[in-house]
Amino acid sequence: MSTIAQTTEEVTIKFAGDSGDGMQLTGTLFTNDTALTGSDLATFPDFPAEIRAPQGTLAGVSGFQLHFGSKKIFTPGDEVDVLVAMNAAALKANLGSIKRAGTIIASTDGFDKKNLRLAKYADGAKPTEDAKDQGFTVYEMPVTKLTRTCLKESPLGMKEKDRCKNMFVLGFLYWRYNRDLQSTIDYLNRKFKKKPDVLEANMKTLKAGYHYGETTETFTTTYNIEPAPMEKGTYRSVMGNQALVMGLVTASKKSKLPLFYGSYPITPASDILHGLASYKHFGIKTFQAEDEIAAVCATVGAAYGGNLAITGTSGPGVALKGEGIGLGLMLELPMVIVNVQRGGPSTGLPTKTEQSDLLQAFYGRNGDSPLPIIATKSPSDCFDAAYEACRMTLQHMTPVILLSDGYIANGAEPWKFPKAADIPAIEVNFVPPTDDDEAKFMPYERDEKHVRGWAIPGTKGLAHRVGGLEKEANTGNVSYDPANHEYMTKIRQAKVDEIANHIPEQAIDNGPTRGNVLVLGWGSTYGVIQSVVDALLMEGHSIAHAHLRYLNPFPRNLGKLLRSFDKVILPEINNGQLAKIIRDKYEIPVLQYNKIQGVPISKAELKHFVGSVCETY
Amino acid sequence: MSTLPADNLVKKLKAKDFATDQDVRWCPGCGDYSILKQVQSVLAELELNKDDTVFISGIGCSSRFPYYMETYGMHSIHGRAPAVVAGLKLANPELDVWMITGDGDGFSIGGNHMIHALRRNLDINMLLFNNEIYGLTKGQYSPTSEVGKKTKSSPLGSLDHPINPLALAMGADATFVARSMDRDPKHLKEMLKRSYFHKGTALLEIYQNCNIFNDGAFFIFTEKKNRPDTTIYLEHEQPLIFGGGTKGIRLDGFKPQIVDLNEGKYTVADLWIHDEQDQMKGQMLTRFFDDPRTNPAALPRPFGVIYSTERPTYDDMLFAQLDEAVNQFGDGDLDAMIAGGTTWEIK
Repeated sequence: MSTIAQTTEEVTIKFAGDSGDGMQLTGTLFTNDTALTGSDLATFPDFPAEIRAPQGTLAGVSGFQLHFGSKKIFTPGDEVDVLVAMNAAALKANLGSIKRAGTIIASTDGFDKKNLRLAKYADGAKPTEDAKDQGFTVYEMPVTKLTRTCLKESPLGMKEKDRCKNMFVLGFLYWRYNRDLQSTIDYLNRKFKKKPDVLEANMKTLKAGYHYGETTETFTTTYNIEPAPMEKGTYRSVMGNQALVMGLVTASKKSKLPLFYGSYPITPASDILHGLASYKHFGIKTFQAEDEIAAVCATVGAAYGGNLAITGTSGPGVALKGEGIGLGLMLELPMVIVNVQRGGPSTGLPTKTEQSDLLQAFYGRNGDSPLPIIATKSPSDCFDAAYEACRMTLQHMTPVILLSDGYIANGAEPWKFPKAADIPAIEVNFVPPTDDDEAKFMPYERDEKHVRGWAIPGTKGLAHRVGGLEKEANTGNVSYDPANHEYMTKIRQAKVDEIANHIPEQAIDNGPTRGNVLVLGWGSTYGVIQSVVDALLMEGHSIAHAHLRYLNPFPRNLGKLLRSFDKVILPEINNGQLAKIIRDKYEIPVLQYNKIQGVPISKAELKHFVGSVCETY
Repeated sequence: MSTLPADNLVKKLKAKDFATDQDVRWCPGCGDYSILKQVQSVLAELELNKDDTVFISGIGCSSRFPYYMETYGMHSIHGRAPAVVAGLKLANPELDVWMITGDGDGFSIGGNHMIHALRRNLDINMLLFNNEIYGLTKGQYSPTSEVGKKTKSSPLGSLDHPINPLALAMGADATFVARSMDRDPKHLKEMLKRSYFHKGTALLEIYQNCNIFNDGAFFIFTEKKNRPDTTIYLEHEQPLIFGGGTKGIRLDGFKPQIVDLNEGKYTVADLWIHDEQDQMKGQMLTRFFDDPRTNPAALPRPFGVIYSTERPTYDDMLFAQLDEAVNQFGDGDLDAMIAGGTTWEIK
């Protein structure tokens, strides 16, 4: 038969099925293979909070979206070209996000009477037929049946055989996008080394899916995507939490300090704990504490003891850690608090993304308690941000808050990774031991950056006491003196403000340095703002994009930069938190664009909003 | 703790060398003074090095303790000292770490951390100053106060059933559980030393008088005239004798029974022999908890080492695991980690 190979610029695929259908794995394997072909890409996993929500229901639908192409890819895509729907609920939940005339690959075994009922379709409904009527191209494949047939000889039980069906789908997509199966074969060989029957069944099903595309005459077209024009170098695919872990480990090696990570499992930060726990051969100490409070307090203890001390959590955990973070601030010890933000308040939306802990990071402690805050903007950027947070905390002797979010944490992208030798060392100076018993050590004496010395227990001649009570300047003794408290409050603020002199000035990420419209962003909105500003620049608008790594203190030129534009637009996945701070600090008007739906801002909606502002000029 | 005294000290430190230049701010007559004095003198007697010694506390009257010790110290936040201590000990296992807590700090706001610290068994010493009252907040009932206690926050009497700290410690699989009192300096010093030499988490409960808000709470046990009849001093492998040698405890099946040694029915040979390493009997001893003021048949309150066992410490195990990881995977290589499994070239 003849198959046409068509070349296309970009594709968005969404894998959707029951949370037990293995959609996250299927998506990840397809992503890894896509990266190897040289495409640029961005992913967006979207899964329910329940590990196994009731089978077949809308609540149980788990999705993995991948956008890849031969051009620069900034976001996981607004709408999908291809939806893989393993059951009726997956189709129902995602029908609205398929492009006009898009393609649906439906596993027909997931559309039987029971599945239709669970997906709350009316009696006698034929959703795949309806989709065809709406202009979608629908390929119906009896995936379960085909999987069982190809595994007729396998000694596995029916349940185990059925678990291979995601491999069938994956094999089929490999055919459709002209891939070979090698990367997945390698993966399966590694994964099921000790389970030969399972290995064989998965291999067989993967190949069966591939051959199904090849031999079934229904499918006439395969798609080629040329490699994207990416910078020369060596790449890998990386997820946000993964890169964050590697950034921390790198900072530990580069500062020659053992890393202590105190944490309590919480979505979506747990993978940082898992990741660090797998690097014990780097001397990484992970401590799964009894609760969030113990996690942060153990981190304070480790910082006091001279380790590179890190704690990681999400918003509810930061709420619990507040007093412990305040202690670290009062003791002026170096430690990093990682917050992988999720939808809030309270338990909120554990598996959904949000940028709504910014005000908590700024103000969520008792007393006047300023802390530096930095934010990561993309999965691979987590590496740099984590390293930078460690550098800052060690060189400025203050806890540092590092903000990521669920979208970045679980998203993946290609990463042109650095060589370890090219990453600078982080200089750490402990207060040296002394033999002079008479000279009294002054634990709160400061240098020109207002930074006190790090005198760790075990150092000869430096025995001293610290604590959460207000300190007397220099001596560190407990002091209730009114003037001293005011002085100490101001000096703690000055110490944080001083950091502005030790970070780069804010740059424009894209566009001119002055003009009509500036889109200001922070965190995970980076990709969507990039793509929107790129498009509007192409259309000839006077527009630029600046993305903030440093949120407290702000880069010293930020006010001037903001005033170089007529209007500042600030898109955020919250109800306007950075906008509030920018207005307060710079007294300039800010146009907010807020989406608070637990999902990233889409390119179309942001372009519509920003575009309409541009049109007024 | 098992660290041997440093042998390279230039001059031998005295108890007063462990005192800081800060004025001690406990109320005059507070039991804390006695404890501070015994700790300072024990540190001197053990020839400990102040640079390698750290006192970590939470919040409360007792938690001011580190300010008065010329060692490293941290006055942390309410209830969280066990967690701070864990991080510190894991950062530097060579340190001698002492944790100071009270009945409120350790068993109310910090109760959760206490349980987990005890089961985790880091090599640390915990001193629990129990005065059965909240002193620093001026006199509310504490988790160890008796039912019916009238305080500012319980004018009609407290409804809370008290915690039995040492029974809870046994329940959490503590490896060292002991009790002493502020009014018996000799015994207190001995118990401090025993705690120090225990490898693992040592919990020493110290009955401490708050002469302002709960004066005399423990006098029924701590006053010299009461001690013979209301307390029993435990010694390893010795029979449970009290009442100035006139009374003893025997086990009637699983039931401890007070017997009169002068009656002629029972002799010392019939008595329960204390075995510090017997966990079952240790649990029973922590249940000798009735108040002789309300129950004349109360068993005497035990003082001394109730239970002591060796179990691998968390710090030892953690560092062994780090070594094992290096043996298994080799020293961590940054470039290999960063590159991960699959990479590709763009040319």
